[in-house]
Amino acid sequence: MSFFKKLKDKISGKPDETTEKYKEGLEKTRTSFTSKVNDLIARYRKVDEDFFEELEDLLLQADVGFETVMDLMDDLRFEVQRKNVKDTEGIQSVISQKLVDIYRGGEEADSSLNIQEDGLTVLLFVGVNGVGKTTTIGKLARRFIEEGKTVMLAAGDTFRAGAIDQLQVWGDRVGAEVIRQAEGSDPAAVMYDAIRAAKNRKADILICDTAGRLQNKVNLMNELQKVHRVISREIPGAPHETLLALDATTGQNALIQAETFKEVTDVTGIVLTKLDGTAKGGIVLAIRNKLGIPVKLVGLGEGMDDLQPFDAERYVYGLFAEGLEQEDAEEGGE
Amino acid sequence: MAFEGLAERLQNTLQKIKGKGKVTEADVKEMMREVRFALIEADVNLKVVKEFVKKVGERAVGADVMESLTPGQQVVKIVRDELADLMGGESETLTFSKKPPTVIMMVGLQGAGKTTTTGKLANLIRKKYNRKPLLAAADVYRPAAIQQLETIGRQLDMPVFSLGTDVSPVDIARQAVEKAKEEHYDVVFIDTAGRLQIDEALMGELRDIHEAVKPDEVFLVVDAMTGQVAANVAETFDKQVGVTGVVLTKLDGDTRGGAALSIRSVTGKPVKFAGMGEKLDAIEAFHPERMASRILGMGDVMSLIEKAQSGVDEQKAKELEQKFREQSFTFDDFLEQLEQVKKMGPLDELLKMLPGAGKIKGLENAKVDEGQMARVEAVIKSMTTKEKSNPEIINSSRKKRIARGSGTSIQEVNRLLKQFDEMKKMMKQMSAMQQGKSRKKMKLPGLDSLFK
Repeated sequence: MSFFKKLKDKISGKPDETTEKYKEGLEKTRTSFTSKVNDLIARYRKVDEDFFEELEDLLLQADVGFETVMDLMDDLRFEVQRKNVKDTEGIQSVISQKLVDIYRGGEEADSSLNIQEDGLTVLLFVGVNGVGKTTTIGKLARRFIEEGKTVMLAAGDTFRAGAIDQLQVWGDRVGAEVIRQAEGSDPAAVMYDAIRAAKNRKADILICDTAGRLQNKVNLMNELQKVHRVISREIPGAPHETLLALDATTGQNALIQAETFKEVTDVTGIVLTKLDGTAKGGIVLAIRNKLGIPVKLVGLGEGMDDLQPFDAERYVYGLFAEGLEQEDAEEGGE
Repeated sequence: MAFEGLAERLQNTLQKIKGKGKVTEADVKEMMREVRFALIEADVNLKVVKEFVKKVGERAVGADVMESLTPGQQVVKIVRDELADLMGGESETLTFSKKPPTVIMMVGLQGAGKTTTTGKLANLIRKKYNRKPLLAAADVYRPAAIQQLETIGRQLDMPVFSLGTDVSPVDIARQAVEKAKEEHYDVVFIDTAGRLQIDEALMGELRDIHEAVKPDEVFLVVDAMTGQVAANVAETFDKQVGVTGVVLTKLDGDTRGGAALSIRSVTGKPVKFAGMGEKLDAIEAFHPERMASRILGMGDVMSLIEKAQSGVDEQKAKELEQKFREQSFTFDDFLEQLEQVKKMGPLDELLKMLPGAGKIKGLENAKVDEGQMARVEAVIKSMTTKEKSNPEIINSSRKKRIARGSGTSIQEVNRLLKQFDEMKKMMKQMSAMQQGKSRKKMKLPGLDSLFK
């Protein structure tokens, strides 16, 4: 049976509403990326070198990166030979299977957040400037609150003008208490205060915001390390998740970002933001391929509930939805 | 630093060919593959990469290279020329309206850095062109965006026009320009909300603002880390509101910044400014020529000189030079020098601008710890006046006192004293050289790896 069929079967057990979110959020990606793949398949009847070369270009344009694309192409060539795929019709499912494989990174990647059953869970957000950390925190807080949890926010971006107010607006909006100090104060001290307050008030979840910083600024990275250290000192095992926010429009620099932030703060997961643009976020393939950090959340739009747990199957389904339905129809399914 | 990887890669590739007496077609092909790889890893738009590689490849196999005496160098020159060409020749500056106020509209994706850049540009315009700017807060969507601009306005002591979040951005823009006319401001900056280029409703709003205030400049603010989508973003914004220039932000990161290469060649719009740091004066005019040199690891000497000129007091520099010669350099002078260097900007940035610095082993990833500088300062400031001018009197009990006073250790004090001593020795050598004694010994590291 085709891979699409299997994908669809797997997804059909999951709530439709979320699958729809993926479909909508990735609409632009689909029209720009998938339709090009379809075009390509329509133009080439046979799988030959020219076909591979054009496919390579498409992947490069999706920011997948040179090395990962090369790995992927090698795999594809091998697979095509092994399965003796001659014409392009069967190739789409081979491609998407490879994509899911990379996302999974060999094992079934766990994209769920490490939430403590009892006691306080601390989530730390890190990343470069302007990737959408504060917005993501606001949306995530709302998710938790809807699940009936008590959430507190720590305003650790004491540097950027207006950042504390921005988090406060989100806190008021979703009903989460914000622990804040004055602009320019030591972020580690804010974290200390916040943890104390969260413990006292028996909050379930504390989400910590930090200032955006470029990963090559030594002092700022040291500061982040200190923040991380203070949190672990106050609560052993915390932060339970250190989430790196990545802008889906970022190119190959994202790989360096992931590498450096991982070194400094032991990043446990990635939040891919702004995936609703025309950006393909192909860089997460490279990150998964090279660094093994899983994507845990994706931002699929500007709406409150457009932040979704990452699901490689849904993601690939979102990318190839049309092709999948087409193939389905051809096989007389449904 | 920007383009580091690209510079390195191209250099490695070209190194192989540089020494050769003869360039074969196979060599060129091999090199073009490396160039392609490097450019793609630098996020240069794929279409641009293809064109570039084709152009350079054609010129490189052309007769002028094959028959020239130094074909390797010839290829280097072609790559450099084409690269500079791609980034758009001369740098351009601002157009001010003949009838004030000049209206400048800031547009871009979310998180590109529009609000910060607005503050930086306004600051630059006031400082360099002596104009009076008004900042208009037209981002009514992102929480606290207005507060952000207001805070920046306070930091710069510059007025911010805002009507809260319940008024349409079009009205805010229109009224801001009205106010500027009445109160005789020279320049109005309209800080718009970040938006996706595919969001039709919000792009329509931008067109309305454009229609209402007829801006003299529309600056597209682009994150230098943007990937392949950069060209597409620039194209769409340009089609919708007629972009007049691009400001590249976060160029102080270690991104290779292929966005800069792509945007100009795809849209024909010049990159006018570059954001180089978190502080509000960290913005510079963008220089394509220098950038091309930097890509090839030739060092950004021009920028360095300009930085030095704006940061260093000339009179003081002369005095210092005198002291170098007379060997009367003290810790006080050292401290002063430190201050001046600090004024020039982050040290690792400066270091990277030095020609050949990228080639010195260990320096390519050099990160200057500014905290270390602060400790050095503390040590010097804990010395008595007498100690500063006669460091040889510093004995162990004095060292102990200095270490305690500066919150450092005796080892650190020792290290500084040793460094200072070596520095003095070096100065002695250098002033001897200047007088023409042992000139042939003078050899700056990395200089030989420049393009011979």
